This record gives sequence, structure tokens and C-alpha cells, in this order.
Amino acid sequence: MGAVYWWMLLGMALATYIPRMIPLAFLDGKELPPIISGVLQNIPYAVLGALIFPAILFVQEGNILFGIIGLIVSFTIAIVGGNVITVVLGTIGVLAVYSLFI
Amino acid sequence: MENKDFSAGIKAGLSIAIGYFPVALTFGLLAKTAGLSLIEATAMSLFVYAGASQYIALSLITAAVNPFVIVINTFIVNIRHFLMTASLNEKTLPEKRSIKAIYAFGITDETFSVLATTKDKKISTAYIFGVTTIAYASWVIFTALGHVIGANLPLFLQAAMSIALYAMFVGLLVPSMKGNRKVVSLAGLAAAIQSFFYFTELLSTGWAILVSTLAASIVIEMIYANYAKKKSQYMTEEEGL
Repeated sequence: MGAVYWWMLLGMALATYIPRMIPLAFLDGKELPPIISGVLQNIPYAVLGALIFPAILFVQEGNILFGIIGLIVSFTIAIVGGNVITVVLGTIGVLAVYSLFI
Repeated sequence: MENKDFSAGIKAGLSIAIGYFPVALTFGLLAKTAGLSLIEATAMSLFVYAGASQYIALSLITAAVNPFVIVINTFIVNIRHFLMTASLNEKTLPEKRSIKAIYAFGITDETFSVLATTKDKKISTAYIFGVTTIAYASWVIFTALGHVIGANLPLFLQAAMSIALYAMFVGLLVPSMKGNRKVVSLAGLAAAIQSFFYFTELLSTGWAILVSTLAASIVIEMIYANYAKKKSQYMTEEEGL
């Protein structure tokens, strides 16, 4: 692959790092007007919604049922109060059994 | 105190490490198939550390796409992190810029989600390093392992584990949704907008996540600000009577 690969890697590293670094290193976060600060505090919940849905439905190509089961199982474990690790391992467990039988 | 926060961070980051395991292992394997050496594949996880764009880069390398295009594409996929780190900045304890610039490297969709949904009002530098270190270690180590062993997990397990990161996102979101209509509306609206972009193919995934997150956060904030204003107006009128 050679030198070109390493230059590309450097470019990719910067393209990833810069958007992560600038707000943390250069925003002070104190003098923001309340509406902006409110919007920023909303972001975690909005981003989780956007990351989960609809992508979870298409985890397994051509088998939407797999994603639906994953969504229902993880939701159920989380709602009855399971912590994150329990949700992850429980969902993997149920889907492993499901995958064995299809 | 520092040590306690760091280990609490490691513990909180464990679910990310589990979720990264199959994704990194598969990346290592695919990198090998794409013709990358062990060093080249591991270096990408070590220096770039961005799941989705690394996968995309592999397919573009295989298609002999111009490396410059791969770099631009990486930027487009990752620009959403700008929003996440700006949000995270509201939750971190004061710290030197240089230290924040270091832990900024470790902010991914997953570490951001864990850090931002932590119950404490503010999070310490040691805690952030705990979460990001275990996630990063998992990503790099399992990339290398995937390349070395060059084989996948059993098919049924591989299929089941592909749900891990999504299950983690659900596990992080649901506790905050309980009894909190604002969180429910934020996640619901963002998911609806994201679905719109997904099915219309109007935007690529990277941009779509950025736009739907920002749009939902702004719209809901405005509705709530308006509601709060009306409520306080109503209250003063009541008092006036």
C-alpha cells in the first residue's frame, strides 16, 4: 500500500479529531445564552433517538424481524430496570438463541 | 477521588468495550481481506478511531477510490461529533484546554452517549478518561486480533452481537425517558426525522444524524421555552386576580 496509505491515514485522523476537539478545547461553556445551553443539553437524547432508529431495524440484512426483536427485548429489559450491561448481554442472549433456530 | 472516578469510568465504559468487540474484530478481518497489513489495519484503529468511517474507508480502498475523497468522506461522516463535544462541554468539570484536547480524541457516538447520560450533574476528567480508555483499548486490541486470527466468531453469535451497540443505546436512553416527557419527545422526534432521511435517501447517514439531532433539539427546546413562558404568564394573571 505504501506512503499514500499513511498520508491518507493522517488525513483521516485529522478529519476525525478536529470536529471532536474544537468545541471541547475552545468553548468555555459559561457565557452561553440559556436557549443555546438548553439546546446543547437536549442533544444526548436526540442523538440517541437518531442513532437507534431506524438503523436498529436493519442490523441484519434482509431480516427486519431480527432488529425488531432486538428493539423490543432491549427496551423491555431497560424498562424493568436492567442496567446497561444487562440490557446488552440480555439482548445478545435472546438473539443468539433466535439466530440458532432460523 | 481521582482513582475512584477513573474506575467508575472503566466500569461505565465496559458495555462499550463489549459492543466494540464484534465490530472491531470484523473490521480487522475485513481489513485483511482488503489487503491491509496488520500494522496498517491496527494503525487505522489507533489513529483514526472512528468505526463507521473506517468501514467506509475499507470499501473505498478496495474500490481504488482517490485517497483524498476518502479523507473528505471521513470528515463528512464525523462532523456530527462537533455537536456532541459542544454538548459534552456543558457537562464537564473545568479543566485545562490541553487536557480537554487529549480526551476529545476519545469521544465517539458510544463514549459520548455514556458520558452524556451519566446521572451526575458534572463529570470529572478522571471519569472521562476511564470511559474513553477502556473503549479505545477494546477497539484497537480487537482490530489487531481480528486481523491476526483472520476468522470470525461463530455465525449465530456474530449475528447476535451485531445488536450490542444498539442495545447499549437503548439501555442508556430508556432510564432517562421514564417520567420525562421532554426526553421522550426529543428521542421520538429525532428518530422520526432520521427515518425520513433514511427512507427518502435525502442525506447520507452522517449528515442525517447531525441534522435530525439538531432539528429535534431546537424544536423541542423552543416548544418548552414557549410553554414555560405561557405558564408563567398564566400564573401571574392568576395571582393578579
